[in-house]
Amino acid sequence: MPEQIYWEDIEVGAEIIPLAKVATTQMLVKWAGASGDFNPLHYDMAFAESVGVGKPIVHGALKRQWLIQLVTVWMGEQGTLKKFSCQYRAMDYPRQMRTMTESQEGETWWCKGEVTRKYTEGGQHFVDCNIRIENGKDEITTPGRATVILPAKG
Amino acid sequence: MLTEEIRNLIGKSTSAKTYEIEKGAIRRFADAVGDPNPLYRDEEYARNSRYGSVIAPPGFFGWPVEQDRDSAIIIDIPPELVTVLGQAGYPFSSVVDGGIEYEFFLPIRAGDVLTAKTTVRNIRERAGSTGSIVLIILETTYLNQNSNLVTTAQVTAILRSLNQQQKEQTNA
Repeated sequence: MPEQIYWEDIEVGAEIIPLAKVATTQMLVKWAGASGDFNPLHYDMAFAESVGVGKPIVHGALKRQWLIQLVTVWMGEQGTLKKFSCQYRAMDYPRQMRTMTESQEGETWWCKGEVTRKYTEGGQHFVDCNIRIENGKDEITTPGRATVILPAKG
Repeated sequence: MLTEEIRNLIGKSTSAKTYEIEKGAIRRFADAVGDPNPLYRDEEYARNSRYGSVIAPPGFFGWPVEQDRDSAIIIDIPPELVTVLGQAGYPFSSVVDGGIEYEFFLPIRAGDVLTAKTTVRNIRERAGSTGSIVLIILETTYLNQNSNLVTTAQVTAILRSLNQQQKEQTNA
């Protein structure tokens, strides 16, 4: 865990430390089990074709949790995630597996963000952030926003 | 065109469902995300933190899941909405997740028993690039065992019309 950040030290425009992620077919199965979302859209080639997405796609909710990880790691243990939103604008396709534990070469996704507003309300210290996931072609597939309560030095 | 029968379902709620939050389920969820945060798995670490016990990552719930394989329903929604939208040419098997909006009020702790209730907030039809789609806004409220509000989640479920899917298959 990185060192705790404080509201006073964060300026509008500050970058959230980027987080790299790789989606694999294996991870989507793991996510299906952990989340309970067994929609075959995410693991069955024929089904994915039949509903018009071509091949299995990464769960939106998994991308959401990547972005939540991005923000919660950055805000530190004394920070509190108050609001979060994201939209799944484009589909992402997982890397295939090469061995039981390793994926093929392929796309890496980057979760990124920056602070857009800094304010206090009801004695609490807030920052608003724009966040996003960029695919291997630097296209934003999943934009979002987060509101975080940060500790203050007092 | 959305019929009055469909629009009348705006405001309709599901019956409340309860979920027991198991420590192992939290750890498996965090593992599947690839999030190594000890707050989600290490009891001793969590006990000494500001939370005092293992918590779930924000977002632990949010795409309310119903494992009803026969009808491919993966969102907890009023069953009559599935029926009438299916009749209108929007089968639920075409559902995709459009996005989510959360507000967090209290942490979810291992051992909590949450009660979730989902309400249909809006149903809209829109022309997409290859055919019409229906956007359903569903708001789920999660209360803990002390009846305190934990999280609200507003999801957008997107259904595509039968015609559009057939077109895409022809093109594929």
